[in-house]
Amino acid sequence: MKPRTLLSWVVRVLSVVWLPVVTVVVWQKVTAAKQEPFFPEPLVIWERMRAAWFTGPASHLWMNEEATSNWFASLGRMFTGWVVAGVLGIILGVALGRSQRVSDYLDPLLQFGRAMPPPALVPFFISVFKIGTQMQLATIIFGVIWPVLLNSIDGARSADRVKLDTALVFGMSRWMVLRYVILPAAAPKIFAGLRLSLSLSLILMVLSELVGSTNGIGYQLLRAQRDFDVPQMWAGIVLLGVLGLVLNALFVLVERRVLAWHRGSQGMA
Amino acid sequence: MRQRLIRGGLGVLVFLALAEAATRLEIIKSSVLPPMSAVVRQAVLLTADSEFLRDVWATLYVWAFGMVITVAVGVPLGVLLGSLPAVNRAAKGIVEFLRPIPSVALVPLAIVIAQSDLGMKTTVIVYASLWPVLINTMYGMQEVDPLAKETLRSYGFGRLAVLRRVALPSATPFIATGVRLAASVGLILAVSAELLAGGSHGIGVFILRQSSGIDTLDEVLAAAVWAGAIGLVVNQALIQLERTMFRWHTVRTEAAL
Repeated sequence: MKPRTLLSWVVRVLSVVWLPVVTVVVWQKVTAAKQEPFFPEPLVIWERMRAAWFTGPASHLWMNEEATSNWFASLGRMFTGWVVAGVLGIILGVALGRSQRVSDYLDPLLQFGRAMPPPALVPFFISVFKIGTQMQLATIIFGVIWPVLLNSIDGARSADRVKLDTALVFGMSRWMVLRYVILPAAAPKIFAGLRLSLSLSLILMVLSELVGSTNGIGYQLLRAQRDFDVPQMWAGIVLLGVLGLVLNALFVLVERRVLAWHRGSQGMA
Repeated sequence: MRQRLIRGGLGVLVFLALAEAATRLEIIKSSVLPPMSAVVRQAVLLTADSEFLRDVWATLYVWAFGMVITVAVGVPLGVLLGSLPAVNRAAKGIVEFLRPIPSVALVPLAIVIAQSDLGMKTTVIVYASLWPVLINTMYGMQEVDPLAKETLRSYGFGRLAVLRRVALPSATPFIATGVRLAASVGLILAVSAELLAGGSHGIGVFILRQSSGIDTLDEVLAAAVWAGAIGLVVNQALIQLERTMFRWHTVRTEAAL
């Protein structure tokens, strides 16, 4: 690397990094000086995270039993709910988007379903499914299906008329039209919906574990609250922040790959 | 338009009829899903229930309070970050870390820390609804027509004047979109906080209270229906307001989800 480009690279990294670093340092200094019970030092939070979750062997990335069992339980619920809602949302949404009539009939119901705050239905789901995985999945699926569904309807509707007619003239089968015309046209919107759903499913996963669970990250938070263990609560919050950040970054990575192909194909056409 | 309304109405009626038939014919047990007629009846009865009305007011109050603070914090912050690229770059790391923290996860900590019930609920609501407002404001500030800005600058207007005369007016439709998105997130959080923390009044408190009783599922669902109705009405009202106020501008609503 030439010194010039290295220098500009260093400047660029510094311009992004300096404020977070300063913030954490100030946070540490202030909390260490004040010793407020509710606002522990970042170092204390970090220490607590290590003690609670990272005492395991290196082969498990230092994660201990407590971490793996609870994290996998939470992530498992979240992903199952998200995937089920995503598949249902895309299939229903694309079907509805291709039929103006059917979506006219269902529109008020869908708008209402989206406006209903999912937590208001949690007690209902608890009484139907009892406390446990089913109720948690129901909460997550009901809460996150709307962005995917409504965006898929919108996306499928936006398929280019000329392309659809061309496909018809060339005698393409319905499946081919779906695969090569409608889905590519709807893909950007579908991905926007999926991304929103992913962050919503993290929220609803935590909510469902706070009200009814026997394990998981949300349940650990609740236990920390009952024990009045403030550093442990902060540790849980930081963990969820990191988790959200990683999930979003992974999603963007996948989205870029899938939609890059889409952009390329559009450019060729 | 009229045809759509008729079809939509028909869709709702058919849905209600199907759900009613499913419980009446015992395809779904009525202890699991109460008959729709009972839910609708309860929903109507609730409008005369002074206790429930107080709960609704309590929820609307914390929600509105949270929205006011969200706008008061989010818009100036968004303007600041949107107009100063250096600050924006530096703050990006913090924003990207804070944004994905699910705000319900703050409820347990907020319950322990906050001095008052209102303070706890407002904190949680503001934390969740701040992001749509902040991101949309920043986005709006970056979309300002550079030609208009340069024109004013070359006429000798200062930075603040340019901000007031060009940047802010052209960013307002984006801000409005952000506030609308924030409002629906805020309602979700208001109900969540009530459900998790209890308290004396609120739709979430009502639902919590009723769901501990026997055979009260129809009331629980009726209250949830009202929560949905309130969300829908506020959302539609804000969309309408955006349309009439910013007719000169069509915002791409999906821009900053």
